Amino acid sequence: MPEGVLEIDRISKRYGEVVALRDMSFDVRAGELFGFVGSNGAGKTTTMRIALGVLAADSGEVRWNGRTVDLDTRRRIGYMPEERGLYPRMKVLDQLVYLAELHGMSTNEAHTSAENWIARLGLRDRRADEVQRLSLGNQQRVQLAAALVHEPDVLVLDEPFSGLDPVAVDVMSQVLREKASSGVPVVFSSHQLDLVERLCDRVGIVSAGSMVAVGTVDELRSGGVSRLVVESPTTDWTATLGGVRVIEKNGTRCVLELADGVDDQSVLHAALAAGPVHEFSRQRPSLTELFRNVVTTEARIA
Amino acid sequence: MTSARAVSLVAKREFVTKVRTRSFLIGTAVIIAVLAGYVVLQSVLFDDQQRSVVGLSGQATQLADPLREKARSFGIDVETRDVTTTGDAEEQVRDGKLDALVTGAPPSLKMIVKGSGNDVLTTALNDVLRQQVLVAQLAEAGITPQQVAQNLANVEVAVTALDPVDPQRGQRLAIGLIVAALLYYSLLVYGTMVAQGVVEEKSSRVVEILLATVRPWQLLLGKVIGLGAVGLLQLLVISTVGLGLSSAFDVIDAGALGGTALLTGVLWYLLGFFLYATVFAAAASLVSRQEELQSVLTPISMTIIVAFVAGINLMIGSPSGPTVTFLSLLPPFAPILMPGRMAMGVATPWQVVLAIVLALAAIAAITWLGGKVYANAVLRTGARVKLREALRL
Repeated sequence: MPEGVLEIDRISKRYGEVVALRDMSFDVRAGELFGFVGSNGAGKTTTMRIALGVLAADSGEVRWNGRTVDLDTRRRIGYMPEERGLYPRMKVLDQLVYLAELHGMSTNEAHTSAENWIARLGLRDRRADEVQRLSLGNQQRVQLAAALVHEPDVLVLDEPFSGLDPVAVDVMSQVLREKASSGVPVVFSSHQLDLVERLCDRVGIVSAGSMVAVGTVDELRSGGVSRLVVESPTTDWTATLGGVRVIEKNGTRCVLELADGVDDQSVLHAALAAGPVHEFSRQRPSLTELFRNVVTTEARIA
Repeated sequence: MTSARAVSLVAKREFVTKVRTRSFLIGTAVIIAVLAGYVVLQSVLFDDQQRSVVGLSGQATQLADPLREKARSFGIDVETRDVTTTGDAEEQVRDGKLDALVTGAPPSLKMIVKGSGNDVLTTALNDVLRQQVLVAQLAEAGITPQQVAQNLANVEVAVTALDPVDPQRGQRLAIGLIVAALLYYSLLVYGTMVAQGVVEEKSSRVVEILLATVRPWQLLLGKVIGLGAVGLLQLLVISTVGLGLSSAFDVIDAGALGGTALLTGVLWYLLGFFLYATVFAAAASLVSRQEELQSVLTPISMTIIVAFVAGINLMIGSPSGPTVTFLSLLPPFAPILMPGRMAMGVATPWQVVLAIVLALAAIAAITWLGGKVYANAVLRTGARVKLREALRL
């Protein structure tokens, strides 16, 4: 069973005057699904391309189990590039066998594995068709099969969910989960944050070429500013409390933001003293909000 | 995985995919059909020109043997037929079944032909007639005709040729031109194919997956070897069929001349292909779409076309002239001109060796340079990559 860590260590890359990556660092551990999020141009694709050796970094290192990744270890990575790519005029089976062989499998192993993934991804009827004759959804399945056909030790997928129908999203999620639970580190980028939140063990948020937040979804959500949702007839009582700000008010329901060190119990007491309280809960930011927060903060700094 | 395995996997894919395509099968079949048609046409025309059927009637029939002999000495084949009814025979001349009809008795013979007739045949018949008259008159004068004939046979002008004409010159020229034309076709077609393959991988983005597992030079080399092998296969099939047909129809002496030409053709195809294919691939890696391909390939195609067109004209004019000799040594032109000149038998050994050495040196330099351009440019999609940027680093 493959067991190991993929480390991205302080990678930097410039295109002329444009800084694409600045000290990008994170690691993906065995058996873990790592979600890679960030706005367009933040550096996700560049990071993945460097990890696959398709691009050269200006500085920094990619390591697999503590050793610098070279061509032989790269062959053990399954890769789905952002720009989907297959030979349009090659048949599905031939294509997968070829890619498996290029990744070091013997011809027999390659055939067995290609047939296996074709069956698992429901492509059996189309195995002798040219890729260009397939529907877009089926082409995506072939693309996934291409990343998996050599039974990789690491999976690096750039936007694997983009353009998939809901059924295909389920198939993809299931396959990724399965791979992760068999001990393969899986890293993928996505703009579908709800999906990332649901699926990933850990998430990294990228902005302007650097990793600005890494952690489990829970860690990320519980960090940051505390917010409370309170439903009471009036909000006048909040004025007397230090470190509490009303950021949203909707009828009798309001959202409060608490400064660091403010005790939520004292807020509850104050509210009860002022009148009946029908709802009192802690609001945890969704990944989308976190993301928006991080990205806009970064933008302000820059 | 070894580099050799990576290169051979890529080469195998290129070869198998291309050989299986309908365009390759149909293309080869069409070329062979055109070639066969040409050879058959040639041999029919040849036959027609050199073979005459002459009808002899009445006393003229006794001329059959001497006429055939005389005609053979002039290099044409005459078949004689005895004709009984002159009217029918005349009709046959009109229909073209007979080339000529000879009637009457020597010395006053009549020849009936269609149109202008065959000058050589007329001359041969006149000679035969005059000889017969001469023999008859000599006999009348009491001189033995055989004695005279013997004396005549010994009289001959002694010719010293300053520039001896190669009896096979025509054939050599033909083979030289065919070899040059085949190499021109192969280099252009398969060079372009390499370029299209590079752009196909680039435009379909599959190159990114490939380069995550093989190095750029392995991909490039595999592609060049695979497609080069397809070109070589086609070249061999075409030449073998061509040589077979030619010798079957007696158009060209396939044995010695053809065999040598085939070997030099293969050698120069390999040299030329490795030289041009890398250039084609490097140029193609600068663009991302098939539509843009033509603009980067034009300078390369033009070089090959100029080498062919100018080379052919020079070769027909003076194959050992200084211009064509010089051009045939230069790597860009050598793959087309040198095999042509070798087939014509005008290239000296040192010229051949020099041309091969120069070509090998050029291949080494071009492969290094082209490989660099390819590696730098092949992943840059979007706008056309400037050559200067691709050469940097």
